[in-house]
Amino acid sequence: MNTRRFDALIIGGGGAGLRAALQLARSDYTVAVVSKVFPTRSHTVSAQGGITAALANVDDDRWEWHMYDTVKGGDWLGDQDAIEFMCREAASAVYELEHMGLPFSRLDNGKIYQRPFGGQSKHFGGEQATRTCAAADRTGHALLHTLYQQNIAHRTQFFDEYFALDLVHDADGYCLGVTAMSIETGEPLLIEARATLLATGGAGRVFGNSSNAMINTGDGLGMVLRAGLPLQDMEFWQFHPTGIAGVGSLITEGVRGEGGYLLNKNGERFMERYAPHAKDLAGRDVVTRAIAIEIAEGRGCGAASNQGGGDYVDLKLDHLGEALIAEKLPGIRDLSIRFAGVDPVQAPIPVAPTAHYMMGGIPTNLHGQVVAPARFGPEEPVPGLYAVGECACVSVHGANRLGGNSLLDLIVFGRAAGRHMQETLRDNPYPRPLPENAAEQSLARLARWERPGSERVAAITDDLRRMMQAHAGVFRTDAVLREGLAKLDQLEDRLAHAGLQDTSRVFNTARIEALELENLIGVARATLVSALNRTESRGAHTREDFPERDDAHWLKHTLYSRAGDQVDAKPVRLKPLTVETIQPKERIY
Amino acid sequence: MKFRLYRYSPESGEKPFMQDVELDIDPAGKMLLDALLAIKAQDETLSLRRSCREGVCGSDAVNVNGRNRLACITPLSELKQPIEVRPLPGLPVIRDLIVDMEPFYKQYRSIKPWLINDDPEPEVERLQSPADRALLDGAYECILCACCTTACPSFWWNPETFVGPAGLLQAYRFIADSRDEATAARLDNLEDPYRLYRCRGIMNCVDACPKGLNPTAAIGRIKSLLVKRRV
Repeated sequence: MNTRRFDALIIGGGGAGLRAALQLARSDYTVAVVSKVFPTRSHTVSAQGGITAALANVDDDRWEWHMYDTVKGGDWLGDQDAIEFMCREAASAVYELEHMGLPFSRLDNGKIYQRPFGGQSKHFGGEQATRTCAAADRTGHALLHTLYQQNIAHRTQFFDEYFALDLVHDADGYCLGVTAMSIETGEPLLIEARATLLATGGAGRVFGNSSNAMINTGDGLGMVLRAGLPLQDMEFWQFHPTGIAGVGSLITEGVRGEGGYLLNKNGERFMERYAPHAKDLAGRDVVTRAIAIEIAEGRGCGAASNQGGGDYVDLKLDHLGEALIAEKLPGIRDLSIRFAGVDPVQAPIPVAPTAHYMMGGIPTNLHGQVVAPARFGPEEPVPGLYAVGECACVSVHGANRLGGNSLLDLIVFGRAAGRHMQETLRDNPYPRPLPENAAEQSLARLARWERPGSERVAAITDDLRRMMQAHAGVFRTDAVLREGLAKLDQLEDRLAHAGLQDTSRVFNTARIEALELENLIGVARATLVSALNRTESRGAHTREDFPERDDAHWLKHTLYSRAGDQVDAKPVRLKPLTVETIQPKERIY
Repeated sequence: MKFRLYRYSPESGEKPFMQDVELDIDPAGKMLLDALLAIKAQDETLSLRRSCREGVCGSDAVNVNGRNRLACITPLSELKQPIEVRPLPGLPVIRDLIVDMEPFYKQYRSIKPWLINDDPEPEVERLQSPADRALLDGAYECILCACCTTACPSFWWNPETFVGPAGLLQAYRFIADSRDEATAARLDNLEDPYRLYRCRGIMNCVDACPKGLNPTAAIGRIKSLLVKRRV
C-alpha cells in the first residue's frame, strides 16, 4: 500500500477540521487534510443563522451569561469547564475570523452585526440577549469559504475526495494515522501522522427526515467504534423545530430571532403556552416538543391527517417586511420559494421538527484529545488522537445545543486542538513504528465489498432511515426503542448478505455508500442502546415512560462501546475552570 | 419520464454513450437530483457528485438540456423530455457526470482568494460600514459550482490562461473589500492579454449562475479600475 507521512493529519474538511488545519499550517509542522468531498462542499457551508459570542455590539452582554445559557440549554449535561472555556474564547475566535476576512453583516457603526437567537438571555435567565454574529443567513458559507481560503494561503496539503477507512494504532493504543481510499482511483493509501484529528461531522443521514447533507454519515464515529473506543451521549439528537415540512431543508432559528413566530391551525402563537418567557426563542428541544404536541393533538396546519389537523405548523415572518427579509434572510427566502413553493414575504412557511444535530459523539476533553476509560480513569487521553466539531462530544452542548453554538464549537475547539496537537508533536518528535498488520482491517473491509451478495445497500439504507425515524424520534418509549433494536438486528443481518453490483475502481460511489452504511449502522446502534439505557428525560432525549429529569441518578454521560453493546457512564464535569458551578435547577423558558 | 444520460466508464474500454432511461416518477415537487438518485437506486453504476440537495454546496452542477444547472434545485416539471443530462462542458470527464474540477480550482487559487491586510490586527473587529459591506453582496455568495466558468466559451478555448468568470468574481470580491489592501497587486495579477481580457462580455456566466450572481458586471468593474489607474 502507498504510504504518505505528515506531522499532523486532519480527517474532514469542514469548519472544525479547517480551523485546526490552519492552526497547524501556520506552525512549523506539516499538516494534511483528508476530505471525502472538496472542502467547501462540507456541511458547514449550509449553516445559516450565525456564530454566538458575547461581543456586546448591539446590547449589554457578558461571556458569563452565555455560559449560563449554554449550561441551561444543555439541561445541565454539558461539562462546565469546557463550556466556560468555549464562552470565554468566543469573542477572540470571532474577531479572528473577521480578521481572516469573513464578510460579517455590519451595524451602522461598522461593528459585526448580531441577532437574537434561541435560549439566549441577559443576567442569567433574564431578558432576551442579542448575541449571535451573522453574515446575512449564510454564516456557515462565509465561515467555511474564509477558512478554506486561509488554508490555501498557508499551503495546507489537501487530499480531496479521499475516503478515510480506519484508524491505525499500535499495541500500546497510540494512534499512528489512518488508512484511506482515493475515491477517484479506488487506490488505498496509508497516511502516517504523529497526531490525528477526526473532524468528520455529524450523522443525520441515519434519520429519514433530516436537515443534513447526504455526506453526513458518521464516518469518524464508525472508525472510532471499530477501533474499540466508546461514543458518548449518543441518545441526544437535536430535532430542529423548523425544517421545511416534508423536505427537511433547514429554516434558520434566525427567522424567529428577527421576529418571526410559529402559529398552529387556529392562528394561535402557541409557544406562549409552552415557554411563557422566551416563547419562540426557547431552547430547540422545547420548541420541537411543543410543535410535535400541537400536531399530535390535532392543531397542526395543512390537510387533516392527524386527529383532525395537519402535520406541520406555520412560521410567519411576512410582518418583518420585504426589505428586512431581503437583507437579513435572503437564503431562507430562496429555499422556501424553491422547496415549499411559498414566498415568506407573502405567506408563512410550513415547518416541522427535523433531525438536525448530534450532541453526542467521540468523547474528548477541552483540548480536543479523545478520552476513553482506560487504565487510569474515565478521562485518559488516547495518545495521538483528537476529535473536534459535531463528531466530538466535549461536552459543551450537553443534552441540547443552542443555536449559534455549533459554529462557535468548531472554531474554538478547532483552534484549541490545533494548538494542543503542536504540543503533542513537540513532545513526540519521532514517529512510532507501524505494526506489521497496520492496514489489515481496512484491506479486509475493502475485500469484503468485492464479494457478490443478494441484498442491496441502497435498500438497507432506506429501511435503516425509516426505522430510526419511527423508533428514535422526538418521543421515545422502552417498547418503541426495543422494537427499533430488533429491526436493526435484521438490518445488520441483511448487510452481512449485501453485495455491490458495481465493483469498478474509478470513482465508484456505490462502494463509498456501502462503507458509509457500515458507519451509519454503528451510529444507529449506539443511539438506540444509549436511548434505551437512559431512563429519564433530559434536553432532547424525551422518554414518555420516564418524563422527568432525574439528576440523582442521571447527571452523567453515557458511554457506549460496540463490544457487547456495553454502556458505561462517567460523571458530568460540574466544576468550571474559574467561576462558580452553575447549580442544576429546573429548566424553564 | 424519459431521460438521456451521458455514460462513461474508463474501465469499460468503451467510448462515452448516451443512455436512454425511462423512470416511473411523478415530477410534482421533485428535482432533477431526485430523478438521478432514483435511477441510481436501480443502476448503482451511475456516478454523480451530490451533497446538500438544497443548492448551497455546489457539488451537483451538470449540463441539463444544454444548460448548466444544479441538479438539486432544477425542478423536473420545468424540463422538456427526453431530459438530457451531461457532465459540465469543457472539463475532462472522469466518469459519467463527474468531471475533473482541477482546472477550475487552479484558476480560483491563482487570484489569491484570501484577505490580504498586513496592518497589525486590532483587538476587536476591523470596522466596515454597511455601505462598504454591501459591495461584497453579489460576490461572496459564490458556491464554486463552476456552472458559469464551464458555460464560458473563452474558458473552453483557454482554460489554462483565462481565469474565467468565477475566479474573476472572487478577484473582485477581494478588490472590493474595504479591509483588503492588495488591490494594486491584484490588478497587476490580472493585467495580461489572457487572465482577464479574454472576457468578451458573452454573458453565458450570468445566464448560468444558479445563485443569480453576475460575473460580467464584476469583470466590468475590474476593467474600469485597470483603465483608471493607467489614465
